[in-house]
Amino acid sequence: MSAFSGSQALWFVSRASGLVLLAAFSAAVVLGVAARLGSAPKRWSRLALGELHRTLALFSISFLGLHVATAIRDPYVTIGWAATVLPFASPYRTAAISLGALAVDIGGAVLITSLARQRLGYRGWRAVHWLAYLAWPAAFAHSVTAGNDLRIWWVALVEEGCAFAVATAMVARLLCWWRVPPERPLG
Amino acid sequence: MTAGTSQDTVRLRVDFIACDGRGLCAEALPELVTLDDWGFPIISDRTVPPWLLADAREIVRACPKLALRLDRGQPALRADGPGAW
Amino acid sequence: MKGNAGLSEHLPQAVRPPGTLPRLLPAGAGASPASLAGHLARYGPPPAGLGQRQRESLIAEVARAGLTGRGGAGYPTARKLGAVAAGRAPVVLANGTEGEPASAKDKVLMTRSPQLVLDGAVLAAEMVGARQAVIVVHPAARRIIDDAVAERARARFDQVRIRVCTASERFVAGQASAVVHWIEQGVPAPTASPPRVSERGLRGAPTLVQNVETLAHLALIARYGAAWFRALGTPAEPGSMLVTVLGAVREPVCAEIAAGTPVGQVLDLADGRSAPLQALLLGGYFGDWVSATVAMDRPFSAAGLADLGAGTGAGVIAALPAGACGLKETARVVRYLAGESAGQCGPCRFGLDAIAGQVERLAYGRSADPGLLHRWLGQVDGRGGCAHPAGVIRLIRSSLRIFDAELRQHAMGWCCGTASVLPVPQRRTR
Repeated sequence: MSAFSGSQALWFVSRASGLVLLAAFSAAVVLGVAARLGSAPKRWSRLALGELHRTLALFSISFLGLHVATAIRDPYVTIGWAATVLPFASPYRTAAISLGALAVDIGGAVLITSLARQRLGYRGWRAVHWLAYLAWPAAFAHSVTAGNDLRIWWVALVEEGCAFAVATAMVARLLCWWRVPPERPLG
Repeated sequence: MTAGTSQDTVRLRVDFIACDGRGLCAEALPELVTLDDWGFPIISDRTVPPWLLADAREIVRACPKLALRLDRGQPALRADGPGAW
Repeated sequence: MKGNAGLSEHLPQAVRPPGTLPRLLPAGAGASPASLAGHLARYGPPPAGLGQRQRESLIAEVARAGLTGRGGAGYPTARKLGAVAAGRAPVVLANGTEGEPASAKDKVLMTRSPQLVLDGAVLAAEMVGARQAVIVVHPAARRIIDDAVAERARARFDQVRIRVCTASERFVAGQASAVVHWIEQGVPAPTASPPRVSERGLRGAPTLVQNVETLAHLALIARYGAAWFRALGTPAEPGSMLVTVLGAVREPVCAEIAAGTPVGQVLDLADGRSAPLQALLLGGYFGDWVSATVAMDRPFSAAGLADLGAGTGAGVIAALPAGACGLKETARVVRYLAGESAGQCGPCRFGLDAIAGQVERLAYGRSADPGLLHRWLGQVDGRGGCAHPAGVIRLIRSSLRIFDAELRQHAMGWCCGTASVLPVPQRRTR
C-alpha cells in the first residue's frame, strides 16, 4: 500500500535530497582540503582530487535544485521562492531556512567565481572561495534545525559523519596555514 | 584567433611566481611537463601538438594557482632574454 | 662637429662637445659634483621645449647612435623609447639601484655627474611624452641627487616633474619590474611578465626603465648627435662605457673607456695588477670567468669576448690573483646570490640553494657529486620569474670551465688558495 500522498512524497524527496546534498557538500569540502594539502598517501593524484572536488561540487548543485524545488512546492509548509536566497523570508522555521539561504548565497558566489576563475584572476577567486568555510556550517546548521530527522538513527549517523569529516579537514587546513604561512618575499 | 593564425605556434608556459609546485600539470601532460627535483614544472619549449591542445586547455583551467597559460605565435622565451623589460 | 643640423643649433658657440674621454665623468678628481651652472658650462644646455616632430627625430638620433642599455642586458635604447612612447601617459624610471656588489659605476656616476643623469631622465621623459621621471638611487647617492634636483627646481629648469626614491640594496632589486614593485609596495621582487613594464609598469602606466648610465649617454646624444657618440667605440658597439675594475689591481677604480678598449689597457687604468693574475671575472656576478692571459689582449666588448663565452655585462672587471682560489670565490658569490633570491619561484628558492651547497662542496674539498650538480644546473637554468637563476648558473658554468685544474686538485684533497677578492655583503639569514 502506498504510504505517501503527493505532499508527503515531495517532503520526503526534499529531506532525502537534503541529506545527500549535505553528504556531497561535505565530501567536496574534504576533497578540496585534500587537494590543497597534497594529502597522504602521496601517491593519490592531486589532479584527481582536485577534479573530483570540482565535479562533486558541481554535481551537488543538481541536488540543491531538487531539494529546494520540492521543499517549496510542498503545499504543507509555506516557504516561498524568495526564501531560497533571502534570509528571514520564510514564515516556516525562519531561522533554519535562513541558514539554508545563506548557504545557497555563498554557494552561488563560489560557483560563479569558480566558473569564471580564469577571467577573474586567482586573487579574486580565492577571496570568495574561502567563504565556502562559512557556507558549510550554515548548511549543516540548516540541516539540523530545518527538519526533525535526527531522531532517525542513521540520519544522525550521516550527520555526525559529515561533521566529523569536515571538522577534521578544517583543522588540518588550519594547521597547514599556521605551520607554513604564505610566502612574503623580501618583505 | 584570426584566420591564418596557425595552431602549431601554441606553447604552454608557466608563471613561476604563481606556481606552487603542486604537480597537476605534470600528471595531466607528461608529454610536455616533467617535474624538477623540487616538484616544480619543467615545461618543454616545443609547440603543443594538436592532439594535446584540448588537454592543455584543461590543465590551464585546472591549475590550482592559475599559473599556466597558452601563448600563441611567440618565439620561445627564456627568463633571461631581453623580453623581460 | 656637424651632426644632425637640428641638434646643435641650440648650443652656444662656446661649448664644444667633449672630444675625448671622459664624457660622462668630470675631467678632474674634483671633491664635489659640478653645480647646475658648472654642468651647463661644460656641456651646454639640453634641447628644450620639444614638439612631437623633435621628439621623434631625437629618438631616431638615439637609434642612429646605436645606444644600448648599460645596465647589463644591452637592449637597444631607441627601441625601448619607441615602445614606451607609443603608450598612454608613460612614466620614466631612472634605475640607479646597482644591486651588484662588484659594480660601482652607477654610484660614481650619480655622485660625480648628478646633473647629467637628471638631464637624461628628463630628456627621456620628454622623448616618450612622460610628465614624470622617478629616479631610484642607491642610498650612497641620495643626498647628492636630492641636492641636484632641488637646484633644478629652484631654477625652474624642467617641465617634467622629478621624484627621487631610495633603492633597496638587495641584489635583485635592480631588475626592472622589481624596481616598480619596490616603489609601489616596498617589495624589491620581480613581478610576473607579461605584461612588461614598458606596457604596464608604475601604477599601471607604460614605464621606461633605464639604467642611469644609459640616460647620461642619452643626455649627450641629444646635445651632440649620433655621429659624435660613434666617434668612440666600435661600429657594432659604439660610444663610451663606465667600468669598475677591482680585485688584484693596485688602484681599484671606476673609469670611463671607449667600448672595445683592450682588457689589459683597462687594467692599466687601475694602475695595473698588484699580483700575477690567473683569471678575470668579466661582466659582474652574472658574468663569466676567463683566463687572464687569454683575455688580456682582447677588446672589452661583446664581439671581442664572445668566443670566450663572455661579455661586458655591467662593466665589471675583477682580477683574480694567482694565489686565490677561483672555486672558493665562486662558491662565496653563489651562496650570496642564492640567499638573494626573492624566494618567489621554486627553481630559484630551492634549486639555487641546493646548487650553492654542491658548489661549496667542490670548493671546500668536501665530497661533492658533480653529476648531481650538473643535473641541477640543467634543471634550474632559464627557469624562474626573472634572470636570477640563469645568471648564477652562467657564472658557475664558466667557473667549472676555467678552474678545471683546481677541480681536479680539490678532488684529490689539495687546495690552492684563499678567497676574499670578490665583495660579498654580509646578509641576515632568511
